[in-house]
Amino acid sequence: MSTSLPNNRTAALAAAAFVLLLGGVALAFYWVPNAPLEGFRQRIFYIHVPVALTAYACFGWAAWKALRLLSTRDQRYDLESYTAVHMGVIFGILTLVTGSIWARTSWGVWWSWGERQLVLFLVLFLFYSAYFMLRYSVEPGPRRASMSAVYALFGVVLIPVSFLAIRLAEGLIHPVVFDRDIGSNLAGSQLLTFVVCLAGTLALAASLYGNELTGKRIDERLRELREALE
Amino acid sequence: MTSAERYVTAAYLVVLGVLLAYLVIYAFKLSRLEREVGELAELARRRREG
Repeated sequence: MSTSLPNNRTAALAAAAFVLLLGGVALAFYWVPNAPLEGFRQRIFYIHVPVALTAYACFGWAAWKALRLLSTRDQRYDLESYTAVHMGVIFGILTLVTGSIWARTSWGVWWSWGERQLVLFLVLFLFYSAYFMLRYSVEPGPRRASMSAVYALFGVVLIPVSFLAIRLAEGLIHPVVFDRDIGSNLAGSQLLTFVVCLAGTLALAASLYGNELTGKRIDERLRELREALE
Repeated sequence: MTSAERYVTAAYLVVLGVLLAYLVIYAFKLSRLEREVGELAELARRRREG
């Protein structure tokens, strides 16, 4: 059985994720100084933003695999795209929950409907959550694979919109860190900690993706085997 | 522990909690796959024996 991420690579990614995340959390709690305005609570940044960017990366990966499926008609991309959406939704849940906790401690509210960044991320998350309903409402086969791929591709349009919303909107309370003035927004220690945490969450997502894909492929092969034996 | 410290800790613990929940779900999935492999192996053995 072939997988795009061999098990030894998945294990290496899991080990890298463990080391990087442990290091990142240690840096965030014990090395990075308190931010001038946000104080201690700014440390949520080192988990919330990497998790959000990882969710975008997963959805982007799902769209890329969907595009590969539509261009080559190779059905193996269907499972890869589906698994990436699955991972993206998990990281999307983490983004919404950690963001909500940060909002509560910074703004005094758990959610703000006036914030386009938040609402657009929620729309993106709900869009990809509905992917599962679409997928399981159609019989397995090439038709379901094509429909799922088209849906995953449509969703990717929301990623730049969601990412840029914060920069295009006016009168926001959601902080903007990654702009042309990043040097003054983040000190060297903060940037390094952020990069370590981002590398850790990306490695974590890649290892979870590899494991989940292997599990889904085994599931599929077992179903085929059962049909052949019965 | 200050209020900010509590919220920051909660945010990190939520991530850990979701990962652990995922691990539990995956463990259930693995045990189901193991059971199915066992059933199929038994089916194949019975077919071979006629």
